[in-house]
Amino acid sequence: MDGMSGSPPTAPESPDSALLADRAAASRSVYVHIPFCARRCPYCDFTVVTQEEGGDERVADRYLTALHSEFAMEDRWGPLDAVNLGGGTPTRLTPAALGSILTALDRRFGVAASAEISIEANPEDWSDASAAALVAAGFNRVSFGVQSFDPAVLSSLGRLHNPAQATAAVRSSRSQGFASVNIDLIFGTPGESMGSWQATVDRALALQPDHVSAYGLTVELGTALSRSIRAGAPPPDPDDQADKYEYLASIAPEAGLVRYEISNYAVPGHHCRYNLSTWAAGEYFGFGLGAHDHRDGVRSRGLRRLDAYLAAVGRGDRPRAGSERLTAERIEADRLMLGLRRVAGVVPGTLGSRLLQSPEGERLVAAGVVRLEDGRLVVLRPLLTDEVNRSVLSLPSGDC
Amino acid sequence: MTDPARIRNFSIIAHIDHGKSTLADRLLERTGAISERDMRAQVLDEMDLERERGITIKANAVRVDYEAADGDTYQLNLIDTPGHVDFSYEVSRSLEACEGALLVVDASQGVEAQTLANAYLAIEEDLEIIPVVNKIDLPGADPDRVAAELVGILGGSPDEVVRVSAKTGEGIDALLENIVARLPAPEGDPGRQLRALVFDSFYDTFRGVVTYVRVVDGRMHEGDRLRFMAAEIEASAAEVGVRRPAPQRLGRLGPGEVGWLITGIKDIDLIRVGDTVTHADDASGDALPGYAEPKPMVFSGLFPTDGDDFERLRDALDKLRLNDSSLTFQPETSRALGFGFRCGFLGMLHMEIVRERLEREYDLELVSTAPSVAYLANLVDGSRMAVRSPQDLPEPNKIATIEEPYVKVMVITPSEYIGTVMELVQQKRGEMGDMTYLSPERAEIHYRVPLAEIVFDFFDQLKSRTRGYASLDYEPDEYRASDLVRVNVLLNGIPVDAFSTIVHRDKAYGYGKAMVERLRGLIPRQLFDVPIQAAIGTRIIARETVKAKRKDVTAKCYGGDITRKRKLLERQKEGKRRMKMVGQVEVPQEAFVAALKLEQ
Repeated sequence: MDGMSGSPPTAPESPDSALLADRAAASRSVYVHIPFCARRCPYCDFTVVTQEEGGDERVADRYLTALHSEFAMEDRWGPLDAVNLGGGTPTRLTPAALGSILTALDRRFGVAASAEISIEANPEDWSDASAAALVAAGFNRVSFGVQSFDPAVLSSLGRLHNPAQATAAVRSSRSQGFASVNIDLIFGTPGESMGSWQATVDRALALQPDHVSAYGLTVELGTALSRSIRAGAPPPDPDDQADKYEYLASIAPEAGLVRYEISNYAVPGHHCRYNLSTWAAGEYFGFGLGAHDHRDGVRSRGLRRLDAYLAAVGRGDRPRAGSERLTAERIEADRLMLGLRRVAGVVPGTLGSRLLQSPEGERLVAAGVVRLEDGRLVVLRPLLTDEVNRSVLSLPSGDC
Repeated sequence: MTDPARIRNFSIIAHIDHGKSTLADRLLERTGAISERDMRAQVLDEMDLERERGITIKANAVRVDYEAADGDTYQLNLIDTPGHVDFSYEVSRSLEACEGALLVVDASQGVEAQTLANAYLAIEEDLEIIPVVNKIDLPGADPDRVAAELVGILGGSPDEVVRVSAKTGEGIDALLENIVARLPAPEGDPGRQLRALVFDSFYDTFRGVVTYVRVVDGRMHEGDRLRFMAAEIEASAAEVGVRRPAPQRLGRLGPGEVGWLITGIKDIDLIRVGDTVTHADDASGDALPGYAEPKPMVFSGLFPTDGDDFERLRDALDKLRLNDSSLTFQPETSRALGFGFRCGFLGMLHMEIVRERLEREYDLELVSTAPSVAYLANLVDGSRMAVRSPQDLPEPNKIATIEEPYVKVMVITPSEYIGTVMELVQQKRGEMGDMTYLSPERAEIHYRVPLAEIVFDFFDQLKSRTRGYASLDYEPDEYRASDLVRVNVLLNGIPVDAFSTIVHRDKAYGYGKAMVERLRGLIPRQLFDVPIQAAIGTRIIARETVKAKRKDVTAKCYGGDITRKRKLLERQKEGKRRMKMVGQVEVPQEAFVAALKLEQ
């Protein structure tokens, strides 16, 4: 009887909905950087401390202590809608240590009951036991650095796991109760064939992930990859990456995955709230080595050297390396630059309207790159988003 | 005023590097005009650029006194001549001011085309020529062979060839005696009306135009009211003097004498080389023969790389023109290159010198379009128009015929390269004329070749195919009808004026194909496929496509480092701002510059 009177279960909002996209601007999130890695991958330019560089247990303990001190330095601001532990390799720390971070965050800021609590993990570190412990500690989302199911590609990316470990880790996270599982993939590694990428996509989708992030391999300055290319190794080929991008985009819907950002796909209800907040130019705390944050109209970046970081926190100073106070112009530029990454696009506002009225904007519209759709400015050819953003930034400065 | 019987006016004719300037220095030194101590290495070449390139652009004249072996003192006027083919008219006027010339040839190099061309000019002017073999002190010198070549050209006997080393001074005394003994004295009549030949002029910031004249008849005094007959202007002789080589004000010049004249005229355009100066009250109107307007032969668009420099470029061209009335320019607008000037030059070297001076002395960064020549288009309606830029050419259906300027080319080459040179000339649409052997090893060959081909890369090709041994000279010839077409280059369907060119129909395909291929490599990928086409009228003769850019995005946001991402994009957008738009296509300035560099 009561079944008749209760409201029917609402279908989750599609990940690419404008509603979700815009609402994320108001969400409050925290990023905690765990810099430890077994070793540095050749393409990675994130702040990382490897074992060789002294990332042992003693240092990890000191780092953990420093994080707790850092939390205490910030004003109370919550409750948090999303917590993201990234790295580095967060799972280099014990589940207990990771759990203590969540506890501390909750005590200091409050974590909403419905919050997304996510952790990045490498398949080779994963086990049923650690999975169970992380779920028990409060994590409800895990993001695996799978990258590829081709051993040759994994090896050229410097990854330490094999395809079987990746499969096992995803299955284990499901069986141990993670509500949302993401698979990170990298395409367009030199030497990766189209067949290899298709097999990777097929195997990843067969695992029925809730979320997939697929990035074209990017050559960052100062990395081993960049050095080897300068020495003559082949660079990633943009056309090859475009082909691979399009393959995934064409096949993802079959697995129930909806693209909602340039590189991100989710099953409805499993969009990444932390990411959506970033693209909505939302505010977030960043804690830990080299972490970035955005609060009160200031974007700041954390110290990248472990000794400097520990010393600063030890002195009771916020471990920041620099900051940028956002002018009205920059806020508007960021809103567009980030918002246009989303499939839902962005309300044009002053800058977007000026873009559409400029010769540049007309050119982009004529080439089918952008369009005004239901009052929103959207990018129709996501692989050309940087071109659009350069056009936004090169608009002659007016009053905005 | 010196008795004309004791005046000798002469020029030195020599190929670059054959030692003209050193010889001039030595003559000045030996006659006491300058001391060794305060002698600049080469007194007559005044401009840095000339010194660097080893060529003389502006002629000059120096008077020295020489006490000859006969006990008399002679007034020697050494009149310098420009040393390059582009300035052959100026050379001819300088030679007209002389009665004789020293034909100087390097004892190891032998006769070169340029030397020979100027020697022929001297012969045409009825000058007495003293052949001189220079650099006899050098290890590789072969004065006998070179003397034989000179005798072959000029006649006479090997004994009449004077052998010197300007470097060591050997033979200089003998040369001076030869000048006095062999060169004729000027035949002027002091009693006749003044007639003086303008053979050079330059602009001095303080004095205005300084004019070099050779008095033929009559006398010129300071204060005289003068008339420039071709220019039809009058002015007073404010100062009259000579250079020794320092300027010396004399107040007057008599028949046969050479010197400078300052009138207060500021506009160099008014004083043209070849004009005749007479007294304003002279009613005879009898001008000296041979005056001609300087005629630009080669045209090119000059555009500032930075559009804001347009006014600076105009000022710089105005200033250069003060000293170079043969330079012409008029504003030109290019869709691709913005605002600039269509400039006319006497020839390729003249063009290079002007460009280099603009860049060096006026600190301008320039893009120049492919040089072209002045065509004549005979239209179907019976009219006739000059075409100095490919854009000026009417559509094919309006044109009956197109004529192009030809030049008479003289090549001197070692005999072993005769075949190679002939092949080159044939490729360049040339016709062969006479060939004579200067010696068993070297031949002088005459051709008629379209100037456009010379302007393009003939000289470089000749040099590379003969390992640098052949030399070249040319002079204007007639206009002839040719099967010429304009090749347009279209970017995404829009013609890009900077790349249009007029070529012979047989070469249109080759040009079009090369240009579109080059551009394909230079134009960055755009948001859409960009066809690059070469076309004659509406007919496409070559096509390439720049495929649309497919990926231009960085995947991540640098772990939340939005500031860095924004800064990266801002840096990249600076590159975007420097792009020029051709229709909807963004073209970097560098692509224009690179595409216009011919035949690299």
